[in-house]
This record gives sequence, C-alpha cells and structure tokens, in this order.
Amino acid sequence: MFRDARLRRASQLEGQDLRLIQTLILRRREAPSRRMQAPMFTEPGPPMAFYFVQFLTGLASAASLFLVASGLSIIFGVTRIVNFAHGAFYMLGAYVAFTLTERFSGALGFWGGIVVAALVVAAVGVLVEMVLLRRIYHAPELFQLLATFGLTLMVQDIVVLIWGPDDLLGRRAPGFKGAVDFFGQNIPSYDLFLIALSPVVLGVLWLLFQRTRWGVLVRAATQDRDMVAALGVNQKWLFTSVFALGVFLAALGGALQIPRDAVHHALDLRIIVEVFVVVVIGGLGSIIGAFVAAVLVSELNAFGILIFPKISIILVFLVMAVVLIVRPWGLFGKPEAAARRTPGLTVNPWRPLTSGERSMSIGTLVLAAMLPLFAGNYALTVGSEIAIFVIFAASLHFLMSVGGLASFGHAAYFGLGAYGVAFLAKAAGLPMVVSLLLGPVLGLLGAAVFGFFAVQLSGVYFAMLTLAFAQIIWSIAFQWVTVTGGDNGILGVWPDRWASSPSSFYWLSLAVAALVVTVLRVIVFSPFGFALRATRDSPLRSEAVGINGKRVQWTAFVISGAVAGIGGALFAYLKGSVFPDSVGISLSVDALVMVLLGGVETVSGAVIGAIVFKAANIWLVSQTDLSKLVLGGFIVLMVVAFPKGIVGTLEMLRNRRRSTDTKSALATSQVEVAE
Amino acid sequence: MSVAPTLLSVDGLSKSYGGVHAVRSVSFELRAGEILALIGPNGAGKSTCFDMLNGQNMPDSGRITLLGEDTVGRKPRAIWRLGVGRTFQITATFPTMTVRENVQVALVSYGRQLFNLWGSTAAYARGEAGRLLDLVGMGAYAERPCGELAYGDLKRLELAIALANQPRLLLMDEPTAGMAPRERIELMRLTARIAREQSIGVLFTEHDMDVVFEHADRILVLNRGSLIAEGSPEEVRGNREVRAIYLGEGLVYDARHREGAGA
Amino acid sequence: MRRRHLLGAALAIAMAGMAGNAMAQSEIKIGEINSYSLLPAFTEPYRKGWQLAVEEINAAGGINGKKLVVISKDDGGKPADAQTAANELVSSENVAMLAGTFLSNIGLAVSDFANQKKVFFLAAEPLTDAITWSKGNRYTFRLRPSNYMQAAMLVEEAAKLPAKRWATIAPNYEYGQSAVAVFKKLMSEKRPDIQWVDEQWPPQGKIDAGPVVQAVAAANPEAILNVTFGADLVKLVREGNTRGLFKNRTVVSFLTGEPEYLDPLKDETPEGWIVTGYPWYDIKTPDHDKFLKAYQAKYNDYPRLGSIVGYQTIKAAAAILAKANSTDPEKLIAATEGLSMPSPFGEITFRKIDHQSTLGAYVGKTALKDGKGVMVNSVYRKGSDYLPSDAEVEKLRPKD
Repeated sequence: MFRDARLRRASQLEGQDLRLIQTLILRRREAPSRRMQAPMFTEPGPPMAFYFVQFLTGLASAASLFLVASGLSIIFGVTRIVNFAHGAFYMLGAYVAFTLTERFSGALGFWGGIVVAALVVAAVGVLVEMVLLRRIYHAPELFQLLATFGLTLMVQDIVVLIWGPDDLLGRRAPGFKGAVDFFGQNIPSYDLFLIALSPVVLGVLWLLFQRTRWGVLVRAATQDRDMVAALGVNQKWLFTSVFALGVFLAALGGALQIPRDAVHHALDLRIIVEVFVVVVIGGLGSIIGAFVAAVLVSELNAFGILIFPKISIILVFLVMAVVLIVRPWGLFGKPEAAARRTPGLTVNPWRPLTSGERSMSIGTLVLAAMLPLFAGNYALTVGSEIAIFVIFAASLHFLMSVGGLASFGHAAYFGLGAYGVAFLAKAAGLPMVVSLLLGPVLGLLGAAVFGFFAVQLSGVYFAMLTLAFAQIIWSIAFQWVTVTGGDNGILGVWPDRWASSPSSFYWLSLAVAALVVTVLRVIVFSPFGFALRATRDSPLRSEAVGINGKRVQWTAFVISGAVAGIGGALFAYLKGSVFPDSVGISLSVDALVMVLLGGVETVSGAVIGAIVFKAANIWLVSQTDLSKLVLGGFIVLMVVAFPKGIVGTLEMLRNRRRSTDTKSALATSQVEVAE
Repeated sequence: MSVAPTLLSVDGLSKSYGGVHAVRSVSFELRAGEILALIGPNGAGKSTCFDMLNGQNMPDSGRITLLGEDTVGRKPRAIWRLGVGRTFQITATFPTMTVRENVQVALVSYGRQLFNLWGSTAAYARGEAGRLLDLVGMGAYAERPCGELAYGDLKRLELAIALANQPRLLLMDEPTAGMAPRERIELMRLTARIAREQSIGVLFTEHDMDVVFEHADRILVLNRGSLIAEGSPEEVRGNREVRAIYLGEGLVYDARHREGAGA
Repeated sequence: MRRRHLLGAALAIAMAGMAGNAMAQSEIKIGEINSYSLLPAFTEPYRKGWQLAVEEINAAGGINGKKLVVISKDDGGKPADAQTAANELVSSENVAMLAGTFLSNIGLAVSDFANQKKVFFLAAEPLTDAITWSKGNRYTFRLRPSNYMQAAMLVEEAAKLPAKRWATIAPNYEYGQSAVAVFKKLMSEKRPDIQWVDEQWPPQGKIDAGPVVQAVAAANPEAILNVTFGADLVKLVREGNTRGLFKNRTVVSFLTGEPEYLDPLKDETPEGWIVTGYPWYDIKTPDHDKFLKAYQAKYNDYPRLGSIVGYQTIKAAAAILAKANSTDPEKLIAATEGLSMPSPFGEITFRKIDHQSTLGAYVGKTALKDGKGVMVNSVYRKGSDYLPSDAEVEKLRPKD
C-alpha cells in the first residue's frame, strides 16, 4: 500500500505536464487545417506564406534538437548526470546510420537502417553506462561531466579511425526527396516528416512515462532518488535503461539528420552546446520543457537571421542567460534541492603549510627558477606556458574548490585579460608593464558584471550560465572583426625587450605564478576565505551567522576572474597574439580538467594538476595526431581510478598512514573527555 | 522577572499557504533571561512560526519586534546582527573545518572581518573561540574536524556558534532532536545555565515533553496554527485542551514511559 | 614538492631536444605544422602531397647533397598550439624553416612568430589576404592563391553575367567577411549597376540551412555569391536544391570546385555554379601528368587540391634551400624573392613585392558526371594576372 501511494503521488505530480502536452498536440493538429483555411481568410501573398514557411522550417530544425535534448534531459532527471557525451552519441548515430543505409537499399533499408543505428548506439550507451558511469554515480556532478567529456574526445578520434576523415553524404530519405509547394514557397517534404515526428516522439515518451510501470518509476526517481531505493526497485537497471533510452533518442536524432546534413567528426560539438542551451532553457529533467525550448531556439534562429543576420549565434545565448536570470531552473524545470555534498568533503580540514613544507616549496621554486641555467629555449617557453596555466587553474580552483562554484566558462576572464592586453599594447601602444597591470582589469570587470548574475545560481545552473556568458564573449571576439580582428586575432603583442628572451619571460611567468598561488593561499586562510568556505559548506548556517553569501561569492568570482585575467595577460605576451580560442569552451574545459586532476578538495592541487595536464597535453600534441584519443582515455581513467585527483590521492594515502599512528592516541583522549 | 526588558514581541502573526492557515494570528512576548517553549503536534505551525521569527519566511500579516526593532522582511543575517543566535533542527555546521574554526567563522562575522583578505583566521579570536567551546564543554575537541563529531557534540558546537555574537536571544529549533535522552538533559541544562548567567532569552520548540516541562519557564501551545494555551508548565499541564490534543496523538506521559523503557 | 614535476617535465623535454641535435650534420630539416587532427579531410591529402615531394627530392640526391627531412607537427586547430609547435621545431629541432598551416588564423599566428623570432616561414594553404598584405612581414611567404586572387578570378566571370540583383551567403568570421568584401568591391568596380539585395551570415560550421535558403529566396536575387564550405556547404546545397533556390539563378562560389569540397556532394552537386577549384581529371599538361602519375602510383588515390599545395610547398622549400645554399633566414629570403620554379600548374614565381606566389587556380563550372560532381570548361588562371598593381600592394603592406 505504501508503495502504491508513493507511486500515485509521483504520477500526480506531473499532471500539469500532461495537460500542456495535450494542448501542444492539439495545437499541432490544428496547424494543417489552418493551412487549408489560409486562402479563405488571408491575402495569399508571398510575405505571409514566407513567414509561415520560415516558421515550419524552424519547427523542422527543432525536431532533431528536441530528440537529443529530451534524451539528455531524461538522463539528467534520473541519474543527475550531465552527459557531455550526448553529442558523441548523436554523431555515432549519424555515422552508423550512414553505414547501414549505404549497405541496405530501398525504403526498408533506409528506415530500418535509421532505427537499427539508434539501437546499436543505444547498446554502446548501455556498455558505457555499465562499465564507466556505474562507478561514478556517487561522485560529484562535475566528475561525470568530466568523464563523459573524456569519452567525447575519444569518440572524435575513433570515428575518424573507423569512417575516415572525409565528410560523408548520406542518402535522401525514400519518399521524402522533394518539396511541397506552398504559395510559391517550397517546403521539403522531409521537413514536414520531421515536424510531424517530434510530437509523435513526445507523445510516445509521454505514454511511456504515464502509462507504464517503468515510466512511473522513472518519474518517481526524477522526483526523489531515495524514494526509488525505498520502493525496492533494482536501481542499477533502472538507471541503465534510462541511459539507454536517452542515448537511443540522441542517436535517432543524429541518424535522422543524414538526409539533410553531411556526416563528419565535428557533429558532436556542434550540437552539444545547443542541446545544453535547450535543456537549460526548458528546465533540466523536463521533457516538455525540452520540446518547448527546442522550438523556441529553432524559431529564434529561423527569424533571428532575418532581423539580426550577424548575431544569430549570440541571440540564443542571450535568451538562455535571460531565462536563467529570471527563472533559474528553466521554463519547465523545478527548483533543485540543495546540491549534493561532495563525498569525502567532511574528512580533512585544510591547514596552512607547516614550516617544513613551506621551505620545501620555496626550495622547489628556487630549483624551478634555475631551469634557464641548463634548459633550452623550447623548454623555457613550455615552462612559461605551464606557469601561466598554473595561474589560470589556480584562479578556477579558488572559485570551484574554495567557493564551491564550478564555472564552465572561466576562459572568458582569461581571454578578456588577454584581449585587454592586446588592446592596450596594440591600440594604445602602452608599454608592457602597464598593459600587464591594466589588461587583467578587463577580466575583472567582466567577472564583476557576469559574476553578479551567476552567483545568484548554483550547481549545474551556475555552470550553464557561466558557459552562456563565455559563449557570448567568444561570439563577440569571433564575429566582431573590426575590433577584435575576429578569427584572425590581434597580432604582434610581443613583450618589451627586458622580457623578450625566453629565460626572462620564464622568470616573469614563474614569479607571477608563485605570487598568485601564494596570494590565493593566503586568501584561503584569511577571514574572507573562511567566509567563502562557510558559504560553500552550509548556506543555511553561514546566513545564520551574518554572512552575506551572495556578496562573498561575488567577491570571490571577481578575484578569480581578475587572476584568470592575469594569466590571460601573460599568455598574450607569451604567444605574441590573441585569438578567440582563448575565450573558447575547450580552454574552459581544460581548466576544469586541471583542477579535477590536481584534486578539487585540496588547497593547491590545481598547481600540480595544471603542470601535469599542460605538460602531458603539449607532449601528446607534439607526439601524436591522436592526442584526443589518448587524452580522453587518460581523463576517463583518472576519473574512475583517482576521483580525488593527484594531490587528493597523495593526501589520502598520507592521512591513512597518519591516522593508524594516532588512532590509539585519539581513543584515549576520547575516554578522558567522556569522563 | 517582571523587571526584565522585553526582547521579543510578536503580534498577530499569520501565514497561509494556498488557503491553509499555517499560522493564525499568534501573539506572545519573551523577556530577557526567560526560557520559552513553543510546543504543539506535528503540523501545528511551530516551524513556520520559527522561520518567520528568523527571517527565513515572510509573514502575511502581523508584527515582530525583536530587541526594539521591527524585523518583518529582514534577512536572517540582519536579524543575527541584532543579537539573535540560532540553532537548527538538523544541525548546520561547516563540515570541512575544525571545531574551533567553526566558531571562529562566526566570530569573524561578528567582528565584521568577512572581507578581510589578508589576515590569518587561525589567529583571529582564538582565545574567544576557545572560551566559547569550553563553555559548551567542547574545549577538548577544538582541533578535531567537525565532520567527525558525534551528533550530540555537533549540537553543542552549534550552541557555541550561536553564542558567538553575544546574543540576547537564542532561537533553538528542536535543540534535542535526534539525541539520546541523557544527552538531551545535559544539553538543555547547559543552555539553561548559560541563559540564566548571561540573561539571554531562549525560545525553543521541542517534542520531548520531559525537556519542555523541566526547563521552560513558560510554554506556548500551538495547534493548527493558533495559540491555544500559554502559561507556566503547571498551567499548561493542567490545560484540558492541551491534554486532549496530546492524548489524541498518544503523546505526553506515554511518551516518557516508552522512551524511558527504551533507554 | 609542488614544483618538482615542472622540473622533471622540463628536463625531459630539454633532454629530448639535445638528443635530436646530434645527428643533424648531413640533413636539412624543415618544420611543418598543420591541423591534422582537426581537419583530417583537408590535411591528409596535403600530407600525402608533401610526403611524395620529400621522396622525390631525396631520390634525386637531396638538397645540395644533404638529405631533406620534414618534421611534422599537429596544431589541433589552435593558434596557440601552433606557436608551441613552431617554437619546438625552431628551438629544439633546429629546423631551417617553417612551412605549412591551413587555417588563416594559424597561418597568421605562425607568421607573427616567424617575424618575431626571425625564422623563415612558407605558408602553404591559408587564404587570408592579411598574411601577405596588411599583416605581411619579410619572413613570411605564401604559396596558395589568396582570397583576393580567388575573388578576382570569380569576379571576371561574374561580371559577364546579366544578373543585377545579388545576394551573398558567407560564414560569419574573418574569412567569410573579407571574401564578401573583396568580391563586392571588385564587382562594383566592374558593374556599378549591381544591387546587393540580401546578405546571410550563418555562424561557421553551424549553418541553419533551411531558414537561410528561405531568407535568400525571399529576397529574390538573380545571382548568389557563396563562401560557405565543408559541412555547411553540403547543408546549403541540399536545402537549396530541395527548395529550388538555385533554379534559374547563377551561383558563384569560392573553392567549391576543389575535390575536397565538391566530392562530398556526390550526385547532389548543383550544376552550372561558377567556381574556383582543381579539376585534376581535366588537366592535360606534362607537368601535371607527371605529378598525377606519381601520386596515383604511390597512393592509389586521386589528388585533392591539398595534395598539390603540400607537394609544391616542399618542392618550393627545396628549391629555396638549394638556391640559398644556407639555412640563414636572410639568405633564404634573398633566394626566395623573385624565385621561379616549375609546378604541376606550370611555372610560378614568389613575388618580391609581397611574398605571394603566382600559383593560380582553375575557374570553371560545376556539372554532374556519372553521379559525381566535376568541374567543366575549366581554364587555368595565372595568379600573376589577378593581383592588384604594385602601387596598390605597396600601400597595403606595412613597411618592413
């Protein structure tokens, strides 16, 4: 009885969704009839027909977006995994469908190929879930994101190894090759098929979730994960089946694109960012939200290009930013419960370095400073680059580990610092020292503006809003050619004579890195650092001891952005140029990897993480064309084997040794206290 | 007692959720050094009432005067600044810090050093933190990681944190929930002692009637959002309506026996 | 403890560098950089091209008796990584010159690096005009015909069309923007009667082709300029075909005749587009025959434009090194300026004035043959005929 009552409660919870879906389906059904009536009520002129066809085209684009986004949303809803590899499954769906539809001819071969491709990729998804994700469900959200990111990197290289480097042109869909004439406007019949398909899929999903026991369980799990455990359901298989369904939808979305698109190895990244946008606007975990947002985003694209042909890409991110600011959990999402605590967060309080450790750090710093005595120019330049990335990683680490705010767009502030320097040095002609000091101010200002809005959110939503901001800045840098030089960047930002030799630039970078790491460390143990950690540990308690959490977090965001800007400023001088890459997603992700690799729960793990990651990255890129495969594999392995990161793992080993020594002593003291 | 100043005055406090009256026109006063218990069965509106006093929830109507100031609409942190300490039903502490650091954070905030980027927290008000920990009997645990503490110790640590701003009023939401009977009595004795010594007013909610009747100077009884009884423990114990509610729930004296048997 | 890793890594790198120097006596090394992992479809044929050239050069006795070695690095499509690679090649591998790159921004980054470090750089494929003009420098030369040259070749044909209403579709980044700007400028000079009725700027790599096609059609142009390429082009062509955008309209399109871009369109190749490209199947010159035979014999595959560029890059580098008989950058520059040499497309010259080679391109029309896209009626256009006057170039290029 207990069981049924809970199930019933869960099924009632989404009653509202049901009504919405019904109205949407009804509205959709009306669409064709309105079309038939059109000549009777409106002037049959090309403009009206044009806008209507433009609208339909937007709906067709929404179809694949919806399929992929709903899969991501379902997976997130139940497993709380933000599956970065969703784009990779979409791409795999397209590749496998290409192979199958080329192999088997005829209509059956085509449609069968599409469905079988989605099933094959879903099977791959099941394998991934069982082998990889099951091991990390209880890790913090970011780790799953990182693991699936590593997977994405691997798949990018793997598809090229299997299918070759060329763009592949798939078959047109049998029976849907032509276009339908609509008052002189042509609508591809395949578009009409896609327009019809997405409400069908929505309906099937709805039936699945409302009318089957499995669906009710999934919705119950979306509401409350612990509830499912109480229901006595085999949670493992529930998760696996949900993941399989999500991957199936993604792969189907990819497979259905082959009559419209070319199949190539960059499909994944092209769709994943857009899908994130859709899911976040719609509300994580909400399928109807994914549907509405997919339509919204696609129509925005379709009509945006008519009004703002040059900034359509920014438009979408602007809408996402506005939605997140106004309604942080998305249009149809529900406010998240408090973020999950990082496991092991409760173990070892941070402490300043002991005098021994301090002299050891100074010693290694001195040793590092002696590098120019025996290393060549290349090693020194690599050393400078590593030092700069230590600064960048440390800045993100401060926000992420100390502040508990995982930014997904931290490159924005790094890049702003770099562009700041480039503007000052090239446009204003300022000397290097002045540019270096003032350039990061741009990063600071950017962080002050965006940070204000971002800290109003937390968890995944914070990550997504920071990503949106970074994408907006990237788009500006990439497309506003007259100011930023666009893709071609700003060149000739070389250091002044005093810092131009590789060794002096190395010393400069090393000194700044050492200074930044030291200052951030001091801040961690300062009253402000404690206030920040207090806000992270317990928002409730910190508010109840008079801490203005948002202001503390905002300040931390600004500090972090300014430090990232310092890194970017040095980077501009190291490379002598600035490109939109230094604002790009991949740089933001690199920083996340560095922090997680070093150990998110440590005070200065980011330093080691940056050194190891950057050195490995430079070495791999230099040694092999398959660097993505190796790097991705490395990340996946790291997440599964050492979720605490390098420094975290070392500390854990050391503490384990220490605790066996002190356990008996502790026991005695406890007895004394008890008495 | 009657000369002690009024710390808290609540007048006509109301709150409803979608037509359900969670709290209905509740009024009472609390004086310095007084220990006031707010009791009532589950869903009586105790927590809603508490959250409104604490600034976490906005009343629909009514006035709250805390230490002479109207606090309706103020944030919890602003209310804390007035001199109100707070403990939670489920303890809220900072698990990644040591016991001493937990108290020091509150002291840092009290000393308005929150945006000090350069000082050393370890050195900040170390003595004062130690004194507060000694006061609640946690001095020996000062350097232990907070995350390792037993639940009863966490409750005592929370009390120390709540005392950091030298409060004149303590708001304690079920201070003894989840504790063993012996610990409950110890904690409430400690609270009562500190309250009397420092002339702090205490408002607490509680399920355990032993704790309530032993320590409260005065008791407020809520039922379905309304105040149905108010008075000394003796008066409330004799109140027929209160007995009806609690007997209906099978609580009061029964509870004592059952728990006593379990211990 | 924290920084020991840095030291270890640096030491390892330094040692690897030293080991490489020991046997460099009888070799001449060229450092080559390209976006192998990001753009395998373009860089694989390119790599095959230069590997063939290396083989041929060494079979013929190397460069003044020394063996030619090409050390190749991937830049992952990132300018910053390209610079790291360039630095490694120059500082650790002691290469005599840098060569390669495909993307304009990477070409510019390496060119700026070359200028700063005073290293000779032969840019292979980047198209941007900036690399030889507005951001040109004395250390950088470029092989492939530039954006401007391709535009000028297309304008020559486009100006002959009767069409007066034109629309443009170009990816919204520097390449697309400057291609449209140059085309518009040259076209308006020749045909002042032309009207530009619509412009579409889809984000690079993310074209939403349906709405774009729809919007262009709504403006009802008589001719269309297309600058999109790769997967964007495929989507544009598919939507355009289905929606009848190209019916009764002439399309002028950058690069679409290159096998890299034309072949993926298969039987959906639109007919009658005026394009620049490389019709390897139609070129009947002895120089090209020789190259084609050697390439097909070695790889059992047909060449793409990248193959020609890769092949000629290394051939040119070898010619430069042979003439200079030195690895001193100044001597290399002196040797390159005005140097003429044969290529599969005929003789080319590296101009002294702006360091651009006169390698040209084929202009023709697209057509369908046996279910595949081809270029027909192609004519080779010499690069030297499509560059602005020396006086104009002088103005464009910063003084050294």
